[in-house]
Amino acid sequence: MIAFWCLAPIMVVAALGILVVRKAVHAALLLAVVMISLAVLYASLEAPFLFAVQIIVYTGAILMLFLFVLMLVGVDASDSLTETIKGHRIAALIVGALFGLTIGLAAGQVGYGTATGLATANKAGNVPALADLLFSDWVLAFETTSALLITAAVGAMVLAHRERLEPKAGQRELAARRVREYAETGRHLGPLPAPGVYARHNAVDTPALLPDGTPSELSLNRTLVGRHDDQAPPKDVKAIERLVSDSKGEA
Amino acid sequence: MIALVTEDLSAFGKDPWWLIIGKVVAIFLVLVLLTLFNIWFERRVVARMQHRIGPNVHGPFGLLQSLADGVKLALKEDIIPKAADVVVFVLAPVIAAIPAFLTFSVIPFGPEVTVFGHRTPLQLTDMPMAVLFVMAIASIGIYGIVLGGWASGSTYSLLGGLRSSAQMISYEVAMGLSLVAVFLYAGSMSTSTIVAAQDKMWFGVVLMPSFVIYVISMVGETNRAPFDLPEAEGELVGGFHTEYSSLKFALFFLAEYINMATVSGLATTLFLGGWRAPFGIAQVWAGANEGWWPVLWFFGKLLCFIFFFVWLRGTLPRLRYDQFMAFGWKVLIPISLVWILLVATMRVAVNEGTFDSFFNGPVLPVIAGVAIVACVALAFWPAKGSAAAAQVVAPPSAPRPGAFPTPQLPGEGAVRGAAAPLVFGEEATR
Repeated sequence: MIAFWCLAPIMVVAALGILVVRKAVHAALLLAVVMISLAVLYASLEAPFLFAVQIIVYTGAILMLFLFVLMLVGVDASDSLTETIKGHRIAALIVGALFGLTIGLAAGQVGYGTATGLATANKAGNVPALADLLFSDWVLAFETTSALLITAAVGAMVLAHRERLEPKAGQRELAARRVREYAETGRHLGPLPAPGVYARHNAVDTPALLPDGTPSELSLNRTLVGRHDDQAPPKDVKAIERLVSDSKGEA
Repeated sequence: MIALVTEDLSAFGKDPWWLIIGKVVAIFLVLVLLTLFNIWFERRVVARMQHRIGPNVHGPFGLLQSLADGVKLALKEDIIPKAADVVVFVLAPVIAAIPAFLTFSVIPFGPEVTVFGHRTPLQLTDMPMAVLFVMAIASIGIYGIVLGGWASGSTYSLLGGLRSSAQMISYEVAMGLSLVAVFLYAGSMSTSTIVAAQDKMWFGVVLMPSFVIYVISMVGETNRAPFDLPEAEGELVGGFHTEYSSLKFALFFLAEYINMATVSGLATTLFLGGWRAPFGIAQVWAGANEGWWPVLWFFGKLLCFIFFFVWLRGTLPRLRYDQFMAFGWKVLIPISLVWILLVATMRVAVNEGTFDSFFNGPVLPVIAGVAIVACVALAFWPAKGSAAAAQVVAPPSAPRPGAFPTPQLPGEGAVRGAAAPLVFGEEATR
């Protein structure tokens, strides 16, 4: 009972928080709090196996998959609050109120008796007793559920599957293609030259110098060049030094 | 054959309060000291493997080096990036560190001993599903890494967090499957019963494939080399902890080393007989498995695993990410599934007494022969990749059929494109 009165407020606050918070990852975290609290409640109700499974399956696997997707959304993103379906906010409010009423009425009717038969059920140990039930009385339901899950998994794979039109290029093919390109267009075989990072100017947008003293445009990252569209990359060492001394003067 | 051991957890839950606090503090101290020792040990061993000396200045053999490093780390400036989600950013290292400590509560260090007149097992607690408890707590620990990666607001951290979540989910499946065989043989999921079931034979010998799969997946689960993709410094700077500094980084570091100790302790318990003395010692010395001696055997085995971790780190290069995931899903998990099927079949056959007449008949040699032939056939089976590679089509522009397409030399010789000789001085900069 102590566990329940400690955990119930936490769970309710966390559950309300899921509705209120803006960022999806925060909501997922609060959901994890609810699930772990639920697991601890199972443990205090002498269902240790359910406790472990609840954490492994729900918190460890399912919610982690949620997070995996949510993380791709990024830190700054928050939910858009524009209404996409007309009037669905009002409809949601009405349905929510009705649901709350039903739950309230139902919960009001429940009588709290003491649990009986727990000792008999757990007599052979919690895990063996559970296994005994699952694989004797409920074996049909168990197998049906597993068949359903497998069907869903296979269905997901079929939907996401894409036939490859040509064989995947391996390391050998890629190397051969590079050599062929060199033969046809004269494109350099090796990797691009590194940027010219000097001791007194350590920015990666400084071009490297070729042996004849001209800067190599290939050594600059194309993204970085695009960032300074207004100014052309420096043409020689003098220009680079001028740039460096200018930026020093500004600092 | 190993008989089923009856699960008896009546020894647990009877300790007086001072003994419980004592055990908790002892486990905490052991884990922290073990971390300090492991860091020093790793640096010394890796140094030896690379023909260096390693830390040898502070304290005897340099043992206090990691303590000095820890103090220095704690005194560093604590930076919270502007783009970070502050609450989650602060919470993440804590989420990573606490479960790491929790899991050791179910690892048995030894048999029952007498402490100040109380008979008590050298284990904080045990449950009917203690090993599942370890798995559950470990899965909470992953949240620390994933959330730390997300909350940092940095691309490198995010990629590291994503990698670690995918990696740990995949390898947790293989790890869980490798444990199933142990459960089947021990007839229990409680750690003390599993140790008791290994008094004749270690499960690491009987269930060799499970042991190998567990050892591989435990390296993947702890993010250690060669599976340290979430913090691959060549690709992701520091991975999920790129933006962390000072004590928060120290917590991540602590969690990683304690997790190493935890999976090693679990491997010792499940596969190497736990606190039981290695083969031969108990036969010549009856007291080897009584009193406080088993603690020595336990930590000896645990340190062997730690050495194995260090050895891997010192010798193997990091795997490529796709190869790593393919290895987990396409190799480890199918092998585990087939192996569990075999183990379950064997278990039922032994329980039903099928083998009593079996060993006398011709069936066993026949099966063994078929298995050997299958193994040999598999070993000489041409790999699919090599057949495909042999069919690489020569490009149409090849000068000779079948020759590798080398570019033709220009008419004036091989010097085209060579730079003008370098001249230092005024001319070079003009």
